[in-house]
Amino acid sequence: MKCGIVVFPGSNCDHDCYHILKKILNQETHWLWHKDEVDLSSFDLIVLPGGFSYGDYLRAGAISRFSPVMNSVIHLAENGGNVLGICNGFQILLESGLLPGALMQNHTRKFICKNVYVRVETTDTPFTQKCNDKLVLEIPIAHHQGSYYIDPHSLSDLEEKGQILFRYCDAKGSISESSNPNGSVGAVAGLCNEQKNVMGMMPHPERCADPLWANTDGQSIFQSLISQS
Amino acid sequence: MQNEPEITSQLVKDHGLTSDEYRRILDLIERPPNFTELGIFSVMWSEHCSYKSSRPFLKKLPTEGPRVLQGPGENAGVIDIGDGLAVVFKIESHNHPSFIEPRQGAATGVGGIMRDIFTMGARPIALMDSLRFGELDDPRTRFLLNGVVDGIASYGNCTGVPTVGGEVYFDSCYNGNILVNAFCLGLAKADRIFLAKAGGVGNRILYVGSKTGRDGIHGASLLASSEFDDTTEDKRPTVQVGDPFTEKLLIEACLEIMEFSWVVGVQDMGAAGLTSSTFEMAHRSHAGVNMDLSKVPLREEGMTPYEILLSESQERMLFVIEPGHEEEATIILEKWGLDAAIIGEVTDELGVRIYFEGKEVVNLPTLPVVDGALDLKRETQRPEYLDKIGHLNLTELPEPARGDKAFTKLLACPNIASKEWVYEQYDHMVRLNTLVLPGSDAAVIRIKDTKKAVALSVDCNSRFCYLDPYEGAAIAVAESSRNVVCSGATPIGLTNCLNFGNPEKPEIMWQFEQAVRGMGDACLYFDIPVVSGNVSLYNETKGEAIFPTPTVAVVGLIEDLSKVMTAGFKQSGHCIGLIGFTMEELGGSEYLKVLFDKNEGKPPVLDRKHEKQVQKFCLELIQKGLIQSAHDCSEGGLAIAVAESCFTATEEALGATLELESTLRGDALLFGETQSRIVISFPEELTDQIEDLALSYPVDFSLIGKTGGSQFTVSINGQEYIKQDIESAKEIWKTSLGRYAGQTT
Repeated sequence: MKCGIVVFPGSNCDHDCYHILKKILNQETHWLWHKDEVDLSSFDLIVLPGGFSYGDYLRAGAISRFSPVMNSVIHLAENGGNVLGICNGFQILLESGLLPGALMQNHTRKFICKNVYVRVETTDTPFTQKCNDKLVLEIPIAHHQGSYYIDPHSLSDLEEKGQILFRYCDAKGSISESSNPNGSVGAVAGLCNEQKNVMGMMPHPERCADPLWANTDGQSIFQSLISQS
Repeated sequence: MQNEPEITSQLVKDHGLTSDEYRRILDLIERPPNFTELGIFSVMWSEHCSYKSSRPFLKKLPTEGPRVLQGPGENAGVIDIGDGLAVVFKIESHNHPSFIEPRQGAATGVGGIMRDIFTMGARPIALMDSLRFGELDDPRTRFLLNGVVDGIASYGNCTGVPTVGGEVYFDSCYNGNILVNAFCLGLAKADRIFLAKAGGVGNRILYVGSKTGRDGIHGASLLASSEFDDTTEDKRPTVQVGDPFTEKLLIEACLEIMEFSWVVGVQDMGAAGLTSSTFEMAHRSHAGVNMDLSKVPLREEGMTPYEILLSESQERMLFVIEPGHEEEATIILEKWGLDAAIIGEVTDELGVRIYFEGKEVVNLPTLPVVDGALDLKRETQRPEYLDKIGHLNLTELPEPARGDKAFTKLLACPNIASKEWVYEQYDHMVRLNTLVLPGSDAAVIRIKDTKKAVALSVDCNSRFCYLDPYEGAAIAVAESSRNVVCSGATPIGLTNCLNFGNPEKPEIMWQFEQAVRGMGDACLYFDIPVVSGNVSLYNETKGEAIFPTPTVAVVGLIEDLSKVMTAGFKQSGHCIGLIGFTMEELGGSEYLKVLFDKNEGKPPVLDRKHEKQVQKFCLELIQKGLIQSAHDCSEGGLAIAVAESCFTATEEALGATLELESTLRGDALLFGETQSRIVISFPEELTDQIEDLALSYPVDFSLIGKTGGSQFTVSINGQEYIKQDIESAKEIWKTSLGRYAGQTT
């Protein structure tokens, strides 16, 4: 799988994604600089990594969406290429209109960094096809603006079309207010577009994919992508 | 310059200089300084920059060792960890700014310490913070706690450097003067360490980073080098404002530029800004500098040379590069969107000449400015309070029949309760190196592309230091080192942040002298070199000093990261053992404070020889794979240590049953803070092997109980003393600090 990791000014998890894709999963991995508008058609996967692009000033992702590289990313997405946005990358995907909805400040009004559980809601996407249905993954979150919002009508639309990939849950897979760390509507932790080639998620799969740690649940997402390329 | 204030004795005084010091300036430069030059002396001779009160004492700290590549005197200390790599680390205070403006004060403290690290060519890979606040009942404490934690989170998280550990402590002695000590560790190639050097004549001075504004002027001289009083609020404009996004760009750009051999030296603009970076670089290289302030990127119009030189605007660096490479440097900096300008060059003059709008505004020799402040021979005197509180009469202390109440009260006390509310606000995982997350004895950071890891711990029990600064400081070294050992690491270096009151008071200087001696003796005995540090004096408000707080951070090395150890019990049915023995010591304990609101007596005795044996034994047990957990006994004593190992067990909390035999008072046995004790757990079949090894040292070792069940039960001499449901106990411990911090009234 040929992967590209976009580096925005303020990207922090770019090195972590590179470490997992290149060193742990042995995939061909390239850096993509935010100022470069380039042809991405040869890539199987573009990752928009976590971090604080442009310091999250104005609004998380609001400035990055204007980076030249985003024109290339949007072009690729419109032509069916796979794009994965993690944390800040998810925020950028929403700001650039590739995914619907918005991310607001956590309902705790604080940054939260901890392990949470998410339930796989559909395996019918390139990002989850190697997971089992209703599988529970333990994945860390680390964000201040991760409370997903979309109007109720659009939310049920997303549900119907199978665009919700992950919901926050407890270790056993049940969903309740106490297992929702940031107040997201529908406990949504990750979703994709209607064409199912663009996915954004707040949890960090790259933080639980190195076998040095006991938990490698994040690998299932990367393995899903690798298996289809 | 026109319109410059005339130099009067009042102006000299307003600049924090004594009349003796002003006379010394006249002697050294053989003429009166102009206004700008007076400003330069003011900051450079301030306590904060010159260490004039503390330097004579600091010379007694051991600073050398086979792994030490760079000791004190540079931006940070450097220790060789093999594989061609080195760790670069330092701890630094940002106390006064954080009290006046907690969010920005703490944020810029983090920014400043990070710059100290990447200035040396190291990528920052871990942050820790030692935080001390006043009494819980004061609503301002909660405001400061929330502000400081938010400031650290906002800055550290945004720069992508994980905050992996630290300590949070409350005591009324910090009511008027909180402590924010920030630690950073970076990783560098051992042969690519950058120093603050100017090098040869003709080298270019390159200004990099944020534009210079009017913020932070006299932060070092007036804010950090005097006590707080009623005018303190007026000093808020001396607090700098941080921009972590620019810091992040600065990290990446600087590390990229430092790949090139034409970079001669680097210095960050921290305390005393452009002034100290310029004078210190010139002085260290026995060179001079010509600089044109008209070329400095400015944030606002109309700034005077005085303001430009004394500004403490954040996120600025000074590079010295060989001529002919200006364009290459600028291309890299522009790529990262940073301001850059050549503002001067190196001369062979041993002096600094500064120009502004075509006129010379400063012409000073470097030596008097950098090294001219006289070391003060501060008087020392043993404080009288020691006679009043130095003795604790245990017979007057009612001994409870059972320990349940004390146990749950201690678990709820924010000094002991879980710090989860704090560290969940910090990104402690980014960069994929945090092997042991916050909440264990030490944070453990793996070193990528090697089999190694480093363990980090920051510690100080300031109550002990108040009761006996010598012993208290020695205990801080021992405990921090013990924490690192409990993680499976060998201590390799230490950095300190010495927070004390007003040095003009002989009693404070006595505390300082004792603490530095205690620290030095302990470091020498345990063979841990002090490679960097920071002194913060004048930590008092309206005459009330803080407890002496010589915070230490110990860095340890783990050669094989598969041998990392954590504090939590691993499995039901394992044996619980105690390394070390318990004495009847309640002086200065958290138990005494929480149950009786007293801080008196003597701190626990530190038997250094015994401590060394305990640490060595524990390390051998870990390296041989004989034990499953190791946890240091500290605040709250044995009962709390075992309970913490229960709470941090691998899955849900594990219960434990302790059966103790002892002639001591029950409260001293369970809540006393005797040093040199470690709680371990292991499978039963290894008991003989561990006991035999203990005998061979010899080191005290006893079996005290077993893991398992849903209760935390302790019996002494066959009599039940504590019985608590483990999940409820954990809930108290886990949520107490967050509940406190979240209160709105």
